[in-house]
Amino acid sequence: MDRLTPVEQRAPGKWQIGTVASIKHETPRVKSFTIELPMWMPHLPGQHYDVRLTAPDGYRAQRSYSIASSPLDEGRIELTIDRLEDGEVSPYFHDVVIEGDQVEVRGPFTSYFVWRGEAPVLLLGGGSGVVPLMAMLRHRRRTMPELPMRLVYSVRSAEDVIYADELGDDAVLTFTREAPEGWSGHAGRVDAALVAEARVEPGIAFICGSNGFVETASQLVLDAGFEPRMIRTERFGPTG
Amino acid sequence: MLRLKRSCRVARWRYGVRDVSGFVSRGFSRRRRTPGELADRLPPGQYAEPGFPVLTAGPTPRIDTDAWGFRIDGMVAQEKEWTWDEFHKLPFETVPCDIHCVTKWSKLGTTFGGVSVDVLLEGVEPQGDFVMEYSYGGYTTNVPLADLMDGKAWIVTEHEGEPLPREHGGPARMLVPHLYFWKSAKWVAGLRIMDHDEPGFWEQNGYHNYGDPWKEQRYWTD
Repeated sequence: MDRLTPVEQRAPGKWQIGTVASIKHETPRVKSFTIELPMWMPHLPGQHYDVRLTAPDGYRAQRSYSIASSPLDEGRIELTIDRLEDGEVSPYFHDVVIEGDQVEVRGPFTSYFVWRGEAPVLLLGGGSGVVPLMAMLRHRRRTMPELPMRLVYSVRSAEDVIYADELGDDAVLTFTREAPEGWSGHAGRVDAALVAEARVEPGIAFICGSNGFVETASQLVLDAGFEPRMIRTERFGPTG
Repeated sequence: MLRLKRSCRVARWRYGVRDVSGFVSRGFSRRRRTPGELADRLPPGQYAEPGFPVLTAGPTPRIDTDAWGFRIDGMVAQEKEWTWDEFHKLPFETVPCDIHCVTKWSKLGTTFGGVSVDVLLEGVEPQGDFVMEYSYGGYTTNVPLADLMDGKAWIVTEHEGEPLPREHGGPARMLVPHLYFWKSAKWVAGLRIMDHDEPGFWEQNGYHNYGDPWKEQRYWTD
């Protein structure tokens, strides 16, 4: 693997108390939280923040969440959080947090699953694996709209599409469980035909989703001629 | 002048950036109940995960045991190398342990099977105090040699009595359970002994150089 230049860490990962400025309902299971930060620093698309919850008895729970926003949105970050039934942190965000609440976070962290302007770029997201890829897509739209970057996005059904109002020509969707009425596009699991439909010359690929999705998608991308060292993956741990 | 600057900085810290000690998340209470004796085995910021999640930075490599080899090289008096068959003639141990992933999950009471690094180091005579674990596929991670000695580290080929699955690093991975699990390289190909420390893959990309879960050494600045 290539050696990568470390990210300059100007606000070096200190815990800070952010304020939830707005909450967007993306799907029945997914919400996006815009959090204003007193020690904001620009992130690289693909990086994550850690979130820490503290109960009155001192009990704490921590999880990592990918940043969905472009680093051009100064002073704030957007975290998109999938509600996991048996989770501890995501149900809190979904059921308790309202605008104006304070949340403890630190970041941005790690510099491997990040986009630094390489092209062409193929993004493959399964379910809420689309979140860090959306940061890349949004940042590219605002900085280098001509740069070849396409998103292949696998979702179960129409109601599970996160950022539905923002997906344009640069995204190709497939529905694995139920395609919407009148859908003429791809249906079923991600396959070679869908990757071909994205029409991205071999360059760099970012793949994020469940382990099964990432295994399948990385093999497809290898078969499409991408070099192994140009395929970066991020798999969901059971965050919750 | 200097003094003025310093007091400004303190003021900014107090008012711009609230002190996080004593912060309580409104309306949050514990949802996961980890039994007492297990709770004591959870390092700070970790939760008990019954499954065994997979986290890998790239595609999963395929290594045939016929082609597999394990080396100890670098600054040593005697380099060593084992084929798959030679490796399986070495004393095999069952290793019950807890493992802690930097992404916050811990797996308590799990069992691996493999060969102690102490056995592998016999006759090698390392000439340096640092080690780079290196893997098929290009992954690297650095550890002090002392952390791999005296019954603290193994090359494992089994998990829960079964061959180690490929996605978990099979045919063989490192096991260094007292450090965060990225220090236990999957698909391990060898140990390079060095006379100086050098950051490995994740250590260059934001994670802590040493990675003690009990000190919560997750990122560079922890």
